[in-house]
Amino acid sequence: MKARSPDFSNFVCGGFFVIVGLLFTFGSVGLGIGTSVGMGPGYFPLFLSIALILIGIAVLGSAFGSASARPSALAWRGVLFILPAPLVFGLTVRGLGFVPALFITAFLATFASTTMRLPAAVLLSVALTVFSTLVFSYVLGLPYALFGSWLPRL
Amino acid sequence: MELFSNLATGFAAATTLYNLLFCLAGVMIGTLIGVLPGIGATATIAILLPITYQLEPISSLIMLAGIYYGAQYGGSTTAILINMPGESSAAVTAIDGYQMARNGRAGVALAIAAIGSFVAGTFATLLVAIFAKPLTAIALEFGPAEYFSLMVLGLVFSTALAHGSIVKALGMLLLGLLLSMVGTDLYTGEYRFTLGIDGFADGLEVVAVAVGVFGIAEILRNLENPTSRDLVTRHISSLMPTREDFRAIVGPIVRGTGIGSVLGILPGGGPILAAFASYTIEKRVSNKPGDFGRGAIAGVAGPESANNAGAQTSFIPLLTLGIPANPVLAMLIGAMFIQGIVPGPNVVVEQPTLFWGIIASMWIGNLMLVVLNLPLVGMWVKLLSIPYNVLFPAVMVFCAIGVFSVHSNSYDLIVVSLFGLAGYLLGKIGCEPAPLMLGFILGPMLEENLRRAMTMYRGDPTIFFVRPISAVLMMLALMVLALTLLPNIRRKREEIFQEED
Repeated sequence: MKARSPDFSNFVCGGFFVIVGLLFTFGSVGLGIGTSVGMGPGYFPLFLSIALILIGIAVLGSAFGSASARPSALAWRGVLFILPAPLVFGLTVRGLGFVPALFITAFLATFASTTMRLPAAVLLSVALTVFSTLVFSYVLGLPYALFGSWLPRL
Repeated sequence: MELFSNLATGFAAATTLYNLLFCLAGVMIGTLIGVLPGIGATATIAILLPITYQLEPISSLIMLAGIYYGAQYGGSTTAILINMPGESSAAVTAIDGYQMARNGRAGVALAIAAIGSFVAGTFATLLVAIFAKPLTAIALEFGPAEYFSLMVLGLVFSTALAHGSIVKALGMLLLGLLLSMVGTDLYTGEYRFTLGIDGFADGLEVVAVAVGVFGIAEILRNLENPTSRDLVTRHISSLMPTREDFRAIVGPIVRGTGIGSVLGILPGGGPILAAFASYTIEKRVSNKPGDFGRGAIAGVAGPESANNAGAQTSFIPLLTLGIPANPVLAMLIGAMFIQGIVPGPNVVVEQPTLFWGIIASMWIGNLMLVVLNLPLVGMWVKLLSIPYNVLFPAVMVFCAIGVFSVHSNSYDLIVVSLFGLAGYLLGKIGCEPAPLMLGFILGPMLEENLRRAMTMYRGDPTIFFVRPISAVLMMLALMVLALTLLPNIRRKREEIFQEED
């Protein structure tokens, strides 16, 4: 008899719930549980994380019941370019200033699409930077320096 | 009549030029993001929250509410014209609306969607006005035990009504609750689950989490398959439904309004479920069920009325109890906090102008949507020709600015990226973000009321089943949970959700 491979989605999902549950259980125990009359900071999280572990086990169990289609492939290019974009904005908006940070963020994001070419990417990024600066800085008055301290003063 | 004097107060507040402008801005932005697939109301409101700092509380809430129900209108335009719901609640409209468009009746389908939405919106707004006050009176009697039970009921509903596996939805809910515990403990001041990172001492920012799981994850999903949009725009000739059409839509609109009004109040349900339920019922009561899927007019009128009614009545739990029925309304709670308003039963007593002004603005907004949308349909259609390549970098940039401007905090942008990735990957393995978000938002309130109740009643958990209101709520919660877990009902439920694909 050949063992059927478990359903991928449920297997990963159940495993994820159990691991996260364990991490939170570990964290809760370290916090002080208290009693039901005077609950400590760890009381409610401990209860929730144990419940999450149980749910995880249930999902894991169902993974061995039936196999369904594997999820579609990851959009790697999207993940690679989209996810760093907000990070880069957060890290550069003070140092470089609002305008350069916007440009870099937009420029990074445009490359998440496979059909984007360099000239179009530059054009789009410039347009977005100009638009956002006008709207957010001038019209809405967000208080960020347009050019930051990392740049040499002209 | 007290109701009329209240409504008069509301209309007086909502019809100042200033507030009318914000209402208009809200419904226009709402329609815009509703039309454009890939940007939801949750992410948009999250992005716009920071600019509401500078506005009057009433103006900002009128605008944000307008975005929410405006998106329901816009979403149907895209669903009808390109067979792709601009907003998830319009998924059902796409089934028959697109077929009508292919049969050369796109204009009629758009008109029917707008008429149905308006009728439903008017009725549901009236319901909100009638029931808000008495429900608020009940809510004022609530102690921590009742609040806790009510939230448990709400969370159970949100999982029962989520798409896909209930067990996974429960897991996502627990995950959301756990993530909401990150930060400083209210009672002891101890840091919880911050991993020693200072930036997490105040907890994870709601706006950042929402933008991540709803905005960024959605962009990633869309980048998977570059869609070709099959636009049916060549002839949106006549908008005017025939007399026969009118006869055919009365029933569906009435039923859709009723279903939507009830389901909208339930936490976790809202417009999406209302639309599905309405479609299922219309198909069942129709004497020509075979027409459904081939351009049945009832398949557009019913769900469109239902989703708009649901969008309106989902304000009832928010305005009376301070409990959000879905992630969009959770964002509105965020907006109220920014303005220093604690949502809940006290709002109607302490800020009657704000309370009734919002309600009145909903009707005005619905009127604006009908008057503006039908003539402007050509303009909205043009927007659909914006390629996604141009659209998503813009959304990215707005997300970054929006989140950063909440606290000028770079950590929040790390949260955006992390939750964007998590939302995307979890979505892939069949876990919906809505229960997570609701758990995340209700988590702190849930814990606080639990702890207060336990201290008050000496740690006796049976108290939730002894105090009458609390007991009823808990019983309901258990019943709903048991029902959804029963194999028979589960199959039915899966059938309903399957029709989306």
